[in-house]
Amino acid sequence: MKSIIAALAFVVAAPFLGGLLAGIDRIVTARMQSRIGPPLLQPFYDVMKLMGKRNVVVNNFQNFYIICFFTFVVLTGILFFAGSDLLLTIFALTVAGVFLVLAGYSTNSPYSNIGAERELLQMMAYEPMLLVAAIGMYLKVKSFHVHDIFAFDQPLIVYLPGVFLGFLFILTIKLRKSPFDLSTSHHGHQELVKGLTTEFSGSSLALIEIAHWYENILLLGLVYIFFAAFHPIVAIAAVAGTYFIEILIDNTYARLTWRFTVVSSWVVTLIVGVANLLWIAYLH
Amino acid sequence: MNIVLFLIGIPLVSALLLSSISNQIVRGMVVRVGALVIAAASVYLAYLYIGKEAAFFTIEYPWLEHGIFWAEIAVAAFLLFNCRSIIKSEFWIPALIVAQAGISIYCEYGCAKPVVEHNLYIDNFSMIMALIIGIIGSLIAVYAVGYMHDYHHHNPGMKDRRRSFFFVTFLFLSAMFGVIFANNIVWLFLCWEVTTVCSFIMIGYPKTPEATRNAYRALGMNMIGGLGFAIAILYCMKAPGVQTIELDHLIKGGAAVALIPAVLISFAGLTKSAQMPFSSWLLGAMVAPTPVSALLHSSTMVKAGVFIIIKFAPVLQGTTAGFLVALVGGITFLMTSLMAITQSNAKRVLAYSTIANLGLIVACAGVGTYETVWAAILLVIFHAISKALLFLGVGTIEHKIGSRDIEDMEGLIATRPMLGLVMLIGIVGMFLAPFGMLISKWATLKAFVDNNLTLAVIVAYGSAPTLFFWAKWMGKLVSVPAVVKKIEGKINRDEWTALGILAFLTIAACALFPLAANLAIDPYVQALYGKTLMLSQGVVALMIIMLGLIILLPLSVFYYRGRTKPVTAYLAGANLDGSASFMGSLGTAQLVGTRNYYLSTFMSEKKLFMVSVILSLSLIIALFTVVSL
Repeated sequence: MKSIIAALAFVVAAPFLGGLLAGIDRIVTARMQSRIGPPLLQPFYDVMKLMGKRNVVVNNFQNFYIICFFTFVVLTGILFFAGSDLLLTIFALTVAGVFLVLAGYSTNSPYSNIGAERELLQMMAYEPMLLVAAIGMYLKVKSFHVHDIFAFDQPLIVYLPGVFLGFLFILTIKLRKSPFDLSTSHHGHQELVKGLTTEFSGSSLALIEIAHWYENILLLGLVYIFFAAFHPIVAIAAVAGTYFIEILIDNTYARLTWRFTVVSSWVVTLIVGVANLLWIAYLH
Repeated sequence: MNIVLFLIGIPLVSALLLSSISNQIVRGMVVRVGALVIAAASVYLAYLYIGKEAAFFTIEYPWLEHGIFWAEIAVAAFLLFNCRSIIKSEFWIPALIVAQAGISIYCEYGCAKPVVEHNLYIDNFSMIMALIIGIIGSLIAVYAVGYMHDYHHHNPGMKDRRRSFFFVTFLFLSAMFGVIFANNIVWLFLCWEVTTVCSFIMIGYPKTPEATRNAYRALGMNMIGGLGFAIAILYCMKAPGVQTIELDHLIKGGAAVALIPAVLISFAGLTKSAQMPFSSWLLGAMVAPTPVSALLHSSTMVKAGVFIIIKFAPVLQGTTAGFLVALVGGITFLMTSLMAITQSNAKRVLAYSTIANLGLIVACAGVGTYETVWAAILLVIFHAISKALLFLGVGTIEHKIGSRDIEDMEGLIATRPMLGLVMLIGIVGMFLAPFGMLISKWATLKAFVDNNLTLAVIVAYGSAPTLFFWAKWMGKLVSVPAVVKKIEGKINRDEWTALGILAFLTIAACALFPLAANLAIDPYVQALYGKTLMLSQGVVALMIIMLGLIILLPLSVFYYRGRTKPVTAYLAGANLDGSASFMGSLGTAQLVGTRNYYLSTFMSEKKLFMVSVILSLSLIIALFTVVSL
């Protein structure tokens, strides 16, 4: 019962929280750049405006993939907040990612095509670390189920500091933050126009944005479980701190190449993530 | 028992019949009828034995013992005869053949032969294999009727040797049934060698210099493994404390008795399954006609290698040798997945992915706990279905568009929607939740986390490149070209039958796998280990939900109908002819084209291959060192 409520709460509340988070993100970013920034609710205004716009498409299939992407992102969140198997949650997230990539390919526009290729490279970069994080939690909790991990009485961050660091690294990719916002970025003036999402408009683009909000809340949920054994206020503060660090990174680094993204992610995963696993498995 | 003999015998009879028919239409009919009978018989066999305890059969024909021996000699003689056209650097191949035949002769005349009580058997695992060979193998044979017709149409200069083609196809099916039903390892070895011969003949089918050399390479590498197998038999006959050549006795004997033969036979399995460092023969085998690649080099024959390693999993469990075998599989999985990224030739991508998945299965079998064996069998089933579909799909595409390059498959979903859909089903079957291979990978990862962290990490790394090369292939298929001309074209009925049924099976297997696991895999694992893996209902429900979503979501296309405004793609310039080209800065029309990433400046196939050869070779040397100590 509890898990159903949690899942429902996610479905209903995540877009609002995600939108607010995006608003806060924009204000904080603006302050870092000595600007005032938009109002807190600006992301909602943007999406509502997009909803009212005409849906311009290159072909009739492209929106289908976006709906699939959206559905699977929400499904992933439901799985996670309902306390289901963490590995399956990661796999469902991968399915969502693949649909977004297919949407980019489908339009066959040069910009979105390269964006799609880069998105795939990014997925290749972060996938090992996601699985390593799940394995790390399993080694400690002896269960892949999120509700078991959540209910674990010791704080995972103490045992999995390396895994957390590695996760932080790929979180930058997942949140589409600079230096790893290769496939598409919040700013419309990168070398690939809007990359993956170049050919999407109106309600489809709004759907991508909302899916992104859902995804961000899900990712912060993942950050939360590292601190779940602490008092909720401490844990939420830790999550907020993590997100602040991500904004800071976003504003202090220029975009890097895909080579660096793939190689550095794999190496970081190995050095901090896998080393942490070995430490847990053989010394604890 | 009769049904087992029937399954081995019927393909043999069909093979002999086919070798004498030169009329195309009659031959086609015989192939279809033969395939149908074999498929029906394998289903009947499953109906009889599913979920039951293993059954063992005594065969009381004394002449058969000698018959098997002389058949082995005949195989060796046939191969030696064929070795008259080898080149200098292949001198070692006849040497291996002679060595093997020598061991066989010594076993026959120089050893006291252990008494064999049961020559044949069937358990739930061989029943699953029988279904794979019987249904998928037959479908591929039917497909080949249509395909080979087109094949010779497209290659007019090539000599039509279809009579021997279908003879070998059915002979191969018979030998495969032999491999999975033989409890006497001498019989098993004969069937094993026959599959090697079939592979050798089929790879050489085009008779081009390249095909001939590749055929010899495949023969040679499989012979290295065959020699290992022959030594294992000799050891079983001679070594004190073993003295049995019955598979079930060896497996029951455990590591204390059967570790050495288990390692030698697993080594043979590694060569047959084209694991590193033997992977190159399978890549070379792609010159053969596509049904051959589907039947021998992906769905069935290479599975014989992993089949036997999975059989010996209880012996390998917990031993250093087993861990080393598993590591060879793990390294193969990771490295060949990376190599697949660099390829744009569809058949080579499929070949690398086949080797990678076999590597994963080997890794499971080498660890050898009940969880990993469970996962390994699931991998065998799903891989056989999806990969057969993909190979056959590529075969048809190649005849339709005249290329097997993935870049040329752009927009297939728009230009040839049915064929495109078939390919998409095959690909998602290989790597995406909730389809088969992903479920298996999930089970594998779970099993490794408990038993072997190194392999769990290798799987975590190896899945990422898998995702990359499949998804970019899918991307090519779904990218709608600027100017769409729908040209489905007529596809041969035999080919459609096979493609349609396999596509249906890929989806059905996803929905029905809990049932299959329950009825067949669980009893097998339970009987071996006394416990088995239970799928939680939540997981099953989740898979069904995801499958339902993927089937229902395409309906959303109707929602957008009429609500969208079609435009041309953004090209940062003035579009011409839709978005097929644009006006360049010098006033000339520039054609727009998109190409996939192959990361060729980032990593090269050659370097990756060298690294994996060094790694795997040292592992194999370590394997034999550990065992001989």
